Amino acid sequence: MRLTQGCFSFLPDLTDEQIRGQAQYCIDNGWAVNIEFTDDPHPRNTYWGMWGLPMFDIKDAAAVMMELQECRKAYGDRYIRLSGFDSTHGWESLKISFIVNRPAEEPGFRLVRQEGRGRNMRYTTQAYVTDRPEGQRYR
Amino acid sequence: MSKDGTTLDAKPSTVRGKDRYRSGVMEYKKMGYWEPEYEPKDTDIIALFRVTPQDGVDPIEASAAVAGESSTATWTVVWTDRLTACDKYRGKCYRVESVPNAPGSYFAWIAYDLDLFEPGSISNLAASIIGNVFGFKPLKALRLEDMRLPVAYVKTFDGPATGIVVERERLDKFGRPLLGATVKPKLGLSGRNYGRVVCEALKGGLDFTKDDENINSQPFMHWRDRYLYSMEAVNRAQAETGEVKGSYLNVTAATMEDMYERAEFASELGSVIVMIDLVIGYTAIQSMSKWARRNNMILHLHRAGHGTYTRQKIHGVSFRVIAKWMRLAGVDHIHAGTVVGKLEGDPRTIRGYYDICREDVVPQKLENGIFFEQQWASLRKLMPVASGGIHAGQMHQLLDLLGEDTVLQFGGGTIGHPTGIVAGATANRVALEAMVLARNEGRDIAREGPAILEAAAKHCLPLRQALEVWKDVTFDYASTDTPDFVPTATVSV
Repeated sequence: MRLTQGCFSFLPDLTDEQIRGQAQYCIDNGWAVNIEFTDDPHPRNTYWGMWGLPMFDIKDAAAVMMELQECRKAYGDRYIRLSGFDSTHGWESLKISFIVNRPAEEPGFRLVRQEGRGRNMRYTTQAYVTDRPEGQRYR
Repeated sequence: MSKDGTTLDAKPSTVRGKDRYRSGVMEYKKMGYWEPEYEPKDTDIIALFRVTPQDGVDPIEASAAVAGESSTATWTVVWTDRLTACDKYRGKCYRVESVPNAPGSYFAWIAYDLDLFEPGSISNLAASIIGNVFGFKPLKALRLEDMRLPVAYVKTFDGPATGIVVERERLDKFGRPLLGATVKPKLGLSGRNYGRVVCEALKGGLDFTKDDENINSQPFMHWRDRYLYSMEAVNRAQAETGEVKGSYLNVTAATMEDMYERAEFASELGSVIVMIDLVIGYTAIQSMSKWARRNNMILHLHRAGHGTYTRQKIHGVSFRVIAKWMRLAGVDHIHAGTVVGKLEGDPRTIRGYYDICREDVVPQKLENGIFFEQQWASLRKLMPVASGGIHAGQMHQLLDLLGEDTVLQFGGGTIGHPTGIVAGATANRVALEAMVLARNEGRDIAREGPAILEAAAKHCLPLRQALEVWKDVTFDYASTDTPDFVPTATVSV
């Protein structure tokens, strides 16, 4: 399967040139750029690992690309996403978020059903990879 | 003052003292409902009406009558006024202006003291402002065009249960419009078949599917079946994509008790969103908003019925007023027009609605039909929904005109795809992502849109097919509800 979280997952994987373009768009809007990584792709896994602090004061997307290369060296076997954070009053949240690195294989999710009274159903989504301990997935 | 409208220059005519309360009938403009020297207070609610008096009726008197009938007046003088602080409680018309290019119609500005209204109640506000006055015989027609809601009043409402920012955080979707589709045919599908459409559309790449306004609990599909099959589909699609998905489960029903029962069941099944129709009424809407807040639920509002009173410029209530009321009442989504689709929508007028939903301060902008600056005082933002006759080939126009904080609903434009629902959904999602990517890269999407779509279609067969089948579909009819002022005009309030 292909994890379709983020802004551009239905397009072919972005090239570094395209990633740089989007990072520059964030910077030009005054947003802080974050790089995050994870080996737990659950749709409600909000807190991916932070690759350092959000980059608040950069002018050039080259800095983002450098950090991204470093992050790929360390966590290239996992998902990495890039996001832009807008601290403007009334928003104070992300303005964009998209995947910039994927594992070579994406095994997907198991849907677990627990049958209840009156045909009621409790659903749980579990990533197959998270059966293994953190750090030993996608290898 | 506007360039085209002419302010009517009538002197104050209020009778004061003992003579004011002599028994009998007195003109409204003499009773204190016409006060051209009145300066509205920051805490006043101001309403702007389009007044069309019967032939021979003085426009000032007609406007004063509107002020009177929407506040304290009755048809004759009553001595019991004198038991109250009646000068304060009278609605005061303080300005009347002829409507540009509309002989016989007048804009009337009326200020109301805050104490006339119960805090936090749209029903109370509506009962005054659009109550008896709309049937008043000396008027041929009457339309409520816009309202200025003071911060002191805004702060008595909770506002949207979730709001745009928190909705995006809950769904983990940022930086692009959300995508939806209304399940079609809207009537007749069984629960099992209905869920199939939900499942395919969400798997194909949509974020949401939607019940239509009139799908409640009919012989062909009980509401409980619809919820069970829809949630099976939502969870199936979520597992196949790793994305949060939702389906607006319509909880509209005959009674509040039924609606609560349905909403509770939706919540129990893990739905992220429920929906209601505008026809359930303002009180029911506010009740459902409070329920949604308590239950971490996004609340979608379908504006069923609004066209009966919003569409004709001469009589009724402008949708911009309804949008303001709904932001106060506390829904999270509202259908607000598409510009390019099949339903009524002048581009500038719709821009005005979108601003009302999404901005914290909405400046006066007559060319968009916005007569007053509106301060929302950090009230949560309301997500406008564009729905009705739109398709992937219009993606550049939709993104350019409506911006990014909106839900684009492609019903026919998903389900009508020649190779199936999954393909239809994928075509829309690819078109959208390609357009956002290009916009962020600094390309002029309004101009280059078709080329961007063509390029994206090279790696996406479903998009290629969608562009081919709907390439000539446009809905190019004149709008009935348009602004009265050209872009250069300005008005001081």
